[in-house]
Amino acid sequence: MIEPLLPEPLLPETLLTVEGLTKRYGHRLACDSIGFTLDHGEVLAVVGESGSGKSTLLSLIAGEVAADAGSVSYRMRDGATRDLATLSEAERRALMRTDWGFVRQDATQGLRMAVSAGGNVGERLMGVGDRHYGRIRATALDWLARVEIAADRVDDPPTRLSGGMRQRLQIARNLVTAPRLVLMDEPTSGLDVSVQARLLDMIRGLVAELGLAVIIVTHDLAVARLLSHRVLVMRSGRVIETGLTDQVLDDPQAAYTQLLVSSVLAA
Amino acid sequence: MTPLLAFEDVAKSFTLHLRDGAVLPVIAGATLAVHSGECVVLGGASGAGKSSLLKMAYGNYRCPQGAVWVRDGARVVNLAAAAPREILALRRTTLSYISQFLRVIPRVGARAVVEAAGIEGGLPLKVARTRAGDLLSRLNLPERLWALPPATFSGGEQQRVNIARGLIAARPILLMDEPTASLDATNRAVVVDLIAEKRAAGTAILGIFHDADVREAVATRIVDVSAFRGAMAA
Repeated sequence: MIEPLLPEPLLPETLLTVEGLTKRYGHRLACDSIGFTLDHGEVLAVVGESGSGKSTLLSLIAGEVAADAGSVSYRMRDGATRDLATLSEAERRALMRTDWGFVRQDATQGLRMAVSAGGNVGERLMGVGDRHYGRIRATALDWLARVEIAADRVDDPPTRLSGGMRQRLQIARNLVTAPRLVLMDEPTSGLDVSVQARLLDMIRGLVAELGLAVIIVTHDLAVARLLSHRVLVMRSGRVIETGLTDQVLDDPQAAYTQLLVSSVLAA
Repeated sequence: MTPLLAFEDVAKSFTLHLRDGAVLPVIAGATLAVHSGECVVLGGASGAGKSSLLKMAYGNYRCPQGAVWVRDGARVVNLAAAAPREILALRRTTLSYISQFLRVIPRVGARAVVEAAGIEGGLPLKVARTRAGDLLSRLNLPERLWALPPATFSGGEQQRVNIARGLIAARPILLMDEPTASLDATNRAVVVDLIAEKRAAGTAILGIFHDADVREAVATRIVDVSAFRGAMAA
């Protein structure tokens, strides 16, 4: 129950407010009136089993799927809080490629598979207006080194990188523009455990160093415990329980959370 | 003088939903104060609720009834009603907890684990580094292990890393759950000394020590938790 070495949330200010977010697929409620707030530098884990609606929640927040009801408000870099639904498509895309990151479970959806590793990182920089080739390349190399991708792999496309390297490349690609909010959808699942450990440790270190706010979707309670300040337990599109991560995991109140926690094999 | 930590009429039970909603009462009517420079040791049989009290004082267990007052500078906060952010802030500045087991973090070396806890507790990097080394030396952790992640350490070695981690930053309240359980006599004595130093510095300590000689050496007062049954169903 010792909490992981996490940074403190930087400013006691709300960065993101999610209210009444609802999405229906036919008769099925994928997300039923989800609400929470996220502060600067705060890491929130969304846990639950497959089909609980946790990945849909992330897509709704990112505006990739239209919500049936509810709102997402974000405090922009200029200090103004905007309802994301009121942004123009150009504004939304600008936000997504500068101040937000999205690390996906499937690297092929988060990377450009035909572009070199360096190009994947450089592309985000060009997206924010940098046109200086030497500087872009230097920054890309620096970020690849930070995620422990050797300099001699910079010209390799992701198709030639291992699963763990692809995830690390996604992280570099997302963090190079110094975003304040990063969404992560099961970033470590499907990897070998030793590769997972390395990636988790890297995410933990970068989140601490950069003071990032993160919403991480995971089915793995150990990942939630290692990385998050707070946790939100979802089932059938609803939030079952929420609170301080170690409190929810060590003293779960809801029947479903108790089942989840007791179903984990202790290594 | 206001205590640094006080339980006021605290009750705790667990509802086991996977056991047909059986309710397991743990403690009721717990009222207890710990002042600066005190080391209050919780006594009572296993299952009497000692660890639960400590965990409520750290905000790790919820406290559904009563209040857990924590003094934070000039103000007093009820941990039982505090928001997650506030509990995390208190853990950085005010509350330290040393459990029996170290929850290891992949790839982080022993000294770095201790050092990070110091930085988190507000120490400058250099001070944290020096103090981490000093503590690990005092706790007789061989220097060749400092750079290694504690995952492969013995129980006693991990425990010593955990103790160093919990003691490196000066926090006014120290909670200890069997910190000496897997230590040999030499290292138990070191821990007894470290606790005496913390007390002398004004720390309020609440702990569980099964080992009779350690208990005798550190306790300024022993509180039998079995007395906290209140109106609890037998």
